[in-house]
Amino acid sequence: MQRHRLIPLLPLAGIILVLPLLFPSAYYYRVAALVFIFAIAALGLNLLMGFAGQVSLGHAGFMGVGAYAVAIGPSHLGIAPLFSFVLGAVLSALLAFIVGRPILRLRGHYLAVATLGFGVLLTIVFTNEAKWTGGPDGMAVQQMLVINWTVRRISTWYWVLAVSFLLSAVIALNLIDSPTGRALRAIHDSERAARVLGVDVAQKKLAVFVISAVYASVAGSFFGFINGYVTPDVSGFLRSIELVAMVVLGGMGSIVGSFVGSAVLVILPQALTIFHEYEHAILGLTLMAVMIFLRRGIVPSLSAVLGGTYK
Amino acid sequence: MAEFLQFAFSGLTVGAIYALVAVGFTLIYNASEVINFAQGEFVMLGGMVTIFLGYAGIPVPLAAVIAVLVATAVGLALYRLGIAPAREASAVTLIIITIGASIFLRGVAEIIFDKRFHSLPALFGSDPIRIGGASILPQTMVVLASALLIVCLLWAFIDRTLYGKAVIATSANRMAATLVGINTRTIVGACFAFSAAIGAIAGVLVTPITLTSYNVGTLLALKGFAAVMLGGIGSAIGAVVGGVLLGLFEAFAAGYFSASYKDAVAFVVILAVLFVMPQGLFGKRMVERV
Repeated sequence: MQRHRLIPLLPLAGIILVLPLLFPSAYYYRVAALVFIFAIAALGLNLLMGFAGQVSLGHAGFMGVGAYAVAIGPSHLGIAPLFSFVLGAVLSALLAFIVGRPILRLRGHYLAVATLGFGVLLTIVFTNEAKWTGGPDGMAVQQMLVINWTVRRISTWYWVLAVSFLLSAVIALNLIDSPTGRALRAIHDSERAARVLGVDVAQKKLAVFVISAVYASVAGSFFGFINGYVTPDVSGFLRSIELVAMVVLGGMGSIVGSFVGSAVLVILPQALTIFHEYEHAILGLTLMAVMIFLRRGIVPSLSAVLGGTYK
Repeated sequence: MAEFLQFAFSGLTVGAIYALVAVGFTLIYNASEVINFAQGEFVMLGGMVTIFLGYAGIPVPLAAVIAVLVATAVGLALYRLGIAPAREASAVTLIIITIGASIFLRGVAEIIFDKRFHSLPALFGSDPIRIGGASILPQTMVVLASALLIVCLLWAFIDRTLYGKAVIATSANRMAATLVGINTRTIVGACFAFSAAIGAIAGVLVTPITLTSYNVGTLLALKGFAAVMLGGIGSAIGAVVGGVLLGLFEAFAAGYFSASYKDAVAFVVILAVLFVMPQGLFGKRMVERV
């Protein structure tokens, strides 16, 4: 009997349900909320990198689009926050669609640098267009309104984000087990062989690029709501690299791994605040060490050791 | 006309630096197929180490030499500890490793040095020379001349010496080179070392003009890479031409179009080249075999 594909999520869901009982203060809710946000973005990137085998060093750019959408929409255009949220996702999808076609024709380091350039270009635009975006100092974000109810307390955000994360994980798992997902994995293994088998490689790559952009945009919008503020850093090169680090650390091709990677890279700096100065050095070292020694990432390596094929 | 000349001069200045960074990139890429994102950090190290040694009381020329040696050692360490252990890694994995190295080096520089901007005294004084209504700093001439000299020396080494031939052999076919008795690890390590030295020299020379701080490396690496892409990856001439062209594009774009989007030029160039002419100006067209 085949295991239902959503079963790997159950332990994770269990942990998420139980965790708040251990939280002594609001601070922990906030850290957890951040973990969920970055896990969603990392999940999208994982679909692109881990399953389809592409690479994007500029994915934070889409987070920026989502974040600035919920900032600019209500304040400059008078659009409701929730609608701005959706609009941001649509905009990211559109951007990914337009830019994706030419960019995804590239391979290897060309693709890496093209996506990097794209991400940095977005950051430069966000930094310069001060009339709209508040420039390098950023701008404030209105609280999220759903009809008449404002999401204010951080503990509420915990649940909103937990549900969002689980939802995005479910969607991702369903995608992976669908014909599109199998096509993506085929493309990852060998683009030529997939093409020979009749897979429309360009279209599938574009599809996963767009989907991962939407994930990032959603995460970015939540990020803007939670912080109440957004700056151009949200789409910067360093942020993109952090996302890649989360994917790589947690395990490329592992849904749970995206959560683990995000958890490690969000919680560790919080836990080691005394080492705040060393943050960059440690991030760089982590990236190098993981890519050299633990290329498959934490979750797949662990599950291989424990003798399973954990997704 | 004076305005045009002024932009051209500043474009040449910064273009010479991009050219040197690009030459360093090309050297490493030719020898090992690695795109070394930490290249910009070598430039940063050259400048910052010289400055801080100077603060410690060491005369600037000696400090500069030590800085170049330090950068060389770092380059060698990067190869030995970062690249060589990751055998059989894909191109993307290697890029991520060098990005990690660049972030690590920047983080260390952040701690050891400080976050401020620093400068060095210019070699021939800081009075600008006036040519045709525009002014150019003497240091710029030093940078340009050094860039030319370094490229010529490099070419002489690669083309005229036995070790240079070994570098060519290693980049042509690593396994064949090993089979004829070339120690490819040493060769590639030496290329990393040379590349770091070139970057550091560039850093020392340009600091009097552009100042330096712990985080100049990242943007420099990206622009150097844009220069490499423009000139054609794998071509040394392309690296120099690409670097100078990029500097000129940037200067003219900043002057005639919009100063705040100056940094965007390099990335627009990258994207344009990748979409339209992926092999660059002097590169070979890559043929993919099925």
